[in-house]
Amino acid sequence: MSAYKGILIIAEQYLGEIHKVSYELLNKGKQLAEELGVSLNCLLLAPEGVDSAQLNYRGAETVYHMKSDVFSLPEEVLFKENIVGFINEKKPEVVLIGATNFGRSVAPRVAAALKTGLTADCTDLTIDEEGRLVQIRPAFSDNLFAHIKTIRNPQMATVRYKEFKEAEKNECLCKNVIEVPLICKANGKSVIEKMVSLGDVDITEAQVIVAGGRGIKKKEDIELLEGLAQVIGGRVAVSRALVDAGMASSAQQVGYSGNRVKPKVYIACGISGAPQHLAGMKESGLIIAVNSDPSAPIFKIADYGFVGDLYEVVPELTKQWSRG
Amino acid sequence: MNILVLIKEVPDMEKVRFDSDSGRVDRSSAAAELNPFDENALQAALDIKDGRDDIVVTALTMGPLGAAKSLKDAYARGADQGVLLTDRNFGGADTYATAETLAAAIVKLGGYDLILCGEKSVDGDTAQVGAEVAEVLNLPHAYYVEEILQLTENKVQVVIENLCGQKQYRTMELPALLSVTKNISRPKLPVLDRKLESLEIELQTLSLRDLDISEAEVGLRGSPTKVSKIVIPEEAKKEGSLYRGDSKEFIIVVSEELSNRGIIAR
Repeated sequence: MSAYKGILIIAEQYLGEIHKVSYELLNKGKQLAEELGVSLNCLLLAPEGVDSAQLNYRGAETVYHMKSDVFSLPEEVLFKENIVGFINEKKPEVVLIGATNFGRSVAPRVAAALKTGLTADCTDLTIDEEGRLVQIRPAFSDNLFAHIKTIRNPQMATVRYKEFKEAEKNECLCKNVIEVPLICKANGKSVIEKMVSLGDVDITEAQVIVAGGRGIKKKEDIELLEGLAQVIGGRVAVSRALVDAGMASSAQQVGYSGNRVKPKVYIACGISGAPQHLAGMKESGLIIAVNSDPSAPIFKIADYGFVGDLYEVVPELTKQWSRG
Repeated sequence: MNILVLIKEVPDMEKVRFDSDSGRVDRSSAAAELNPFDENALQAALDIKDGRDDIVVTALTMGPLGAAKSLKDAYARGADQGVLLTDRNFGGADTYATAETLAAAIVKLGGYDLILCGEKSVDGDTAQVGAEVAEVLNLPHAYYVEEILQLTENKVQVVIENLCGQKQYRTMELPALLSVTKNISRPKLPVLDRKLESLEIELQTLSLRDLDISEAEVGLRGSPTKVSKIVIPEEAKKEGSLYRGDSKEFIIVVSEELSNRGIIAR
């Protein structure tokens, strides 16, 4: 067991841009590394042109850059083969991966190939008195938190996006990027034919969200929400009900089976607040709710609630705020 | 063509109670049911089958004897057969030990072209078992599959909802494992005569001694992760302000709050 040492962050990149979850992992990783008295390093699988030194400026002592164009197409077996080869050589005691869609898809393959454990979707990580990683994660649809330890090495976890602050950028830190060779160049059993932009619907990065639920009667009425979102620089999101009704795309869905969001302001219009929906947005900074049913559960977690018709209140808010 | 659907029995999350003092899930408080995400995986398999005799849909679950109920549910919905993987030694398995056990059962059953599973379970909530099974069996896999575009004797073409911020079109060699989202299908309710029939059917049962895997590799013993503590938070409740009637006051207060936060101009 003692042969395993150090903390390794698997950095993630989307179309050549380093994903912010990597900076968040570096922040938490730094804390853990200091506590353990070990080094914090990063593995980046990315094509030429990705600014790998950014990971140094956010706290990685060494960035290992596996450089190849094949990594511009996310395919799990290809990434897994290369990550596993690297881990077997460097033997880190802790491996952290962002719980993004790709992270959640590739991490289990890496862990299974290494015959070690993996804790999914952690919201916190600490070190116990024996120097082992305590992995804290929600389960049972966010109703409980489990504290989990891994008895094998490496100890692996995926970590929720936006759970930790990004490590601050410090350009005084040493640039220390080492290029490492590829172990595997392709997975012949899986061919990616094309990737299509999802368009301008990413709600996970929005600071302000205006969301609609069952209270929206027809597709055209989503324009009401769009009008409001526009005047306050927000994005429109929906509950599962509107996706099922064919009124919105699942990329816009907030909830347990959709996106988890954490905007500064969340305005829920005609959303009753089923547990599945609340699981996706309850950590928003400020929650404002409009619903005609005074007993709607959304009001239990709202900072400001109004019992009334969204068809009256939403246009009023839009009018009020467009004056500013 | 043989399609295997991995299903799991979970407590009804609308009813299950949690005790924040003892940190326990009161499983007796709610009936067990088929994991809602698995209904979509099963329906996706049934949509492919579409009544054809040359496509056989098998539901496989690991669990206590009582989990036969979910296999019968799968049969009632249209699956051709069900396999129950059950053994005292399988208890307490984490995702890795579960995947090793399921993979051993899949090898034992043999001859599968396509393995489907739901996006995640509503209790464990890890979404890990599918990819771990694929790794143990050395199969290609895709997660977040929203559509199966084409399925031939040796290939499957899928649309992945969102991978690295993009919709992805991918073709994989069979056998392959797909984890599907809720958008892939609209689960249908079982029809009555099939439901009645399901009460009578024989399910295949597999236990540890039927599999090429040792006692040390399954259940709690075979699990590299251990739960050291469960914490059940008190139900979150905010001291929010609720307005009704005239919206004027509500609008004034909310506007004030948003301008304080720099969202709207004063």
